[in-house]
Amino acid sequence: MTEIKQNKTMLQRFMPLIIFGLLVVLLGVGLTLNPRLVPSPLIGKPAPAFELPLLNKEGTFSSEDLKGQITLLNVWASWCYACRQEHEVVKQLAKSGMNIVGFNYKDKKPDAQQWLAQLGNPYQVVVADEDGRAAIDWGVYGAPETFLIDQQGVIRHKVIGPVSDQQNFDDLMAAIKEIPGNNL
Amino acid sequence: MKTLFVIVAMFFYVGAWAAPMDTFEFESEAQEKTFRKLSDELRCLVCQNQSIADSNADLAKDLRTEIHGMLLAGKNEEQIKEFMVDRYGDYVLYEPPFNPMTWLLWFGPAMIFLIALFYVRRFILQQNSVKDSGELSAEEAERLKDLQLELNLPDQNNSSENGDMKGGSGS
Repeated sequence: MTEIKQNKTMLQRFMPLIIFGLLVVLLGVGLTLNPRLVPSPLIGKPAPAFELPLLNKEGTFSSEDLKGQITLLNVWASWCYACRQEHEVVKQLAKSGMNIVGFNYKDKKPDAQQWLAQLGNPYQVVVADEDGRAAIDWGVYGAPETFLIDQQGVIRHKVIGPVSDQQNFDDLMAAIKEIPGNNL
Repeated sequence: MKTLFVIVAMFFYVGAWAAPMDTFEFESEAQEKTFRKLSDELRCLVCQNQSIADSNADLAKDLRTEIHGMLLAGKNEEQIKEFMVDRYGDYVLYEPPFNPMTWLLWFGPAMIFLIALFYVRRFILQQNSVKDSGELSAEEAERLKDLQLELNLPDQNNSSENGDMKGGSGS
């Protein structure tokens, strides 16, 4: 009888410690999550309609032109430091045969053109969204961001931050492999 | 002294943290009210602890312009919120909507409160039962007996008889 009672008080005595331990684990997990990663509601939905002028040529490019092949839409700007960081990886992706559309976000034309001349241009086309209006439809809240769009023009994946980040890169590759007809 | 005054005065310089001012014009007071309400309720995604109304970020400015344009085009509050959620997700709302992903968020505090209430009630009832009865419970009686045996004390129930005898022999 007394032994049972003692066991109970032992458990009770350690209860605060146990609860504290659980809280530490919970808060620890919370701290390691990145609050900047806001999941996009656009995944699985058709790319938002847009028609934007090209950066380097006359003419426009619209969301209809995205259809037909797997495409990466890479949101970048000359004022964006992380875009510079990821640029080498974007170039490698282009070299491996990936179709990449550049989405120049809230930038000045001469700055953007100079940036590409300096660092190299891996893009099939570059569209210029000078006032950032089209980017709102894409739910862009910072550069760089990269959208993966399948042959039907449906958004399959979104990378927030540089694709040069190993985790981002692996996630993107995995998402590409899931699309039937990919040439990876 | 002068330096101190300047330092103190700096704390009262409200301009340092004033909300950004825009020069939007509205067709009616109600429209302006809706604008203020919406820009207060929507989160700026660049600087996440600020509302669109408070933030100086470029994107917040663009979104304020967007909201203003939609209001002038005759969109109502719900339509504008839906526009934002479609693009940025529930996260853009400071007050999360009620759905299976957020029910714990909504009911969690109430649940914890109820659990706490249950334990407080039990604790108080336990305290009362000890105080009120004035008698030993079966458990306590047994423990008392054990202790008495251990200490070699006389059984309290017959203390009037045995106490004298023991006391006598002890002296």
